[in-house]
Amino acid sequence: MHVLDIIGPVMVGPSSSHTAGAARIGYAARKLLGEDVAEVEVLLYGSFLATGRGHGTDRAIVAGLLGLRPDDGRIPHSLELAAEKNMKVTFGEAQLKNAHPNSVLLKMLGVNGAQLEVLAASVGGGVIEIREIDGLATVFSGEYPTLIVQNEDQAGHVAVVTSMLSSQNVNIADMRLYRDSRGGRAVMVIECDSEVPAYGLEWIKRQPGVLKVIYYSLL
Amino acid sequence: MDIQSLQEICEQAGQENSSFWEIIQQSDCRENGTSCEESAAALLEMYHSMKDADAQYVGAGRSASGMVGGDGQKLRAYVESGKNLAGPFVGKVMEKAVRMAESNACMGRIVAAPTAGSCGVLPAVLIAYDETYAPGEEKLVESLYVAAGIGQVISARASVSGASGGCQAEIGSASAMAAGALAYLCGGDDKTVCQAAAIALKALLGLTCDPVAGLVEVPCVKRNAVGAVNAVEAADMAMAGITSVIPPDEVIDAMGETGQDMNAKYRETGEGGLAATPTGRAITRTLK
Ligand code: SF4
Repeated sequence: MHVLDIIGPVMVGPSSSHTAGAARIGYAARKLLGEDVAEVEVLLYGSFLATGRGHGTDRAIVAGLLGLRPDDGRIPHSLELAAEKNMKVTFGEAQLKNAHPNSVLLKMLGVNGAQLEVLAASVGGGVIEIREIDGLATVFSGEYPTLIVQNEDQAGHVAVVTSMLSSQNVNIADMRLYRDSRGGRAVMVIECDSEVPAYGLEWIKRQPGVLKVIYYSLL
Repeated sequence: MDIQSLQEICEQAGQENSSFWEIIQQSDCRENGTSCEESAAALLEMYHSMKDADAQYVGAGRSASGMVGGDGQKLRAYVESGKNLAGPFVGKVMEKAVRMAESNACMGRIVAAPTAGSCGVLPAVLIAYDETYAPGEEKLVESLYVAAGIGQVISARASVSGASGGCQAEIGSASAMAAGALAYLCGGDDKTVCQAAAIALKALLGLTCDPVAGLVEVPCVKRNAVGAVNAVEAADMAMAGITSVIPPDEVIDAMGETGQDMNAKYRETGEGGLAATPTGRAITRTLK
């Protein structure tokens, strides 16, 4: 445990889970989308829905979506900032089953047309977890550079992706596989010890059977 | 080594002829692979952020629910009038604790230490001590290591989160950390520092987490003042040579056990205690 885990972090209040964690979720979602957000539906669930307004959860999520960090003094004014930047924000309730009590579903449209749905939870002390992307289980913390590959559920995809990573000397910290029981889609979530080079990502995108490549960079 | 016990820290300091804060600093450097200078600079930055947060208090600010804001200003005016019973130092501690906790409720920038809900306690005693006795930044950073070490032991043996251990785990832990830091600043040795922490924590054992409408506002803001003033008393008692009959690590274990046995109503769910009073419920309804 680090000294700064006890004395710190610096954050905009009032709540590490409902404010700082919420800002971190927005920030992560914007990174996953890979471009500025043009439109977003913020669908709150559980305690985020019940106490979110009083904790500034709504403003913190929007601040994160604008690229602000959890200690940015502009968080309380993020809704005005979003309006200035022509980011269209609507709020609502998420209909979820068995989700973590501090959950939010974000349906985003990017300025260049990218679309992404992210379900994330603030699991305590400002720590977050991405739970689903585009309706598929995709679980990771955002503490590592993370590569997410959605592909057709056939043999061989994992080997293709991991061999690319090893050829680039990217060490895998953790890897998980998920499959969609209905649709014949599968997801690889690979947390890496270092950043994956852009041409490696482009190369994976061109492989047959790969449907979508999403990359979460720490840079 | 993971830091698990206050007694072990003191023993190790004794063997190595160093002190409590140095043991914590060394452990931090080992964990992060940083130098002592880098580690100390990071903590000093936290202290500066605390001072900035204190200076940026807006007396006219109100929380989103409207329940809190402005009390820090009232308290300052009263303390400055010279009529307050607790005197200038404790008056300053109280006022700063309330200011910081109000800033947090009003979406100000604060330092969670150990949590956002209890963010007023430690800065209140440190900044008040700094303004009154000017110990210098080096000493203040050392006192922050002391506070962090106490917090680390509490989170290893019990918890520092209201959701898992009630308010004794948040305000109680913050108060223990602040008491230890103050005792250090007053010249207390390692044992005295641990006694101050134990005396502070004992006083707040059993405190439930029962925030109205689930918001970090009522009773949180005023409890920050209680935690901070309690730390001053505990430091004074320890400096006077008073000791806790129950050793510090055992006090922490008692807090952990009490937290585990606490009904979920009293662990930040906003369903028990003050939150469940007729007025608490009425406020909750109007905020829906
Ligand atoms: S009552 Fe609960 S939320 Fe408020 S300060 Fe105490 S532990 Fe934190």
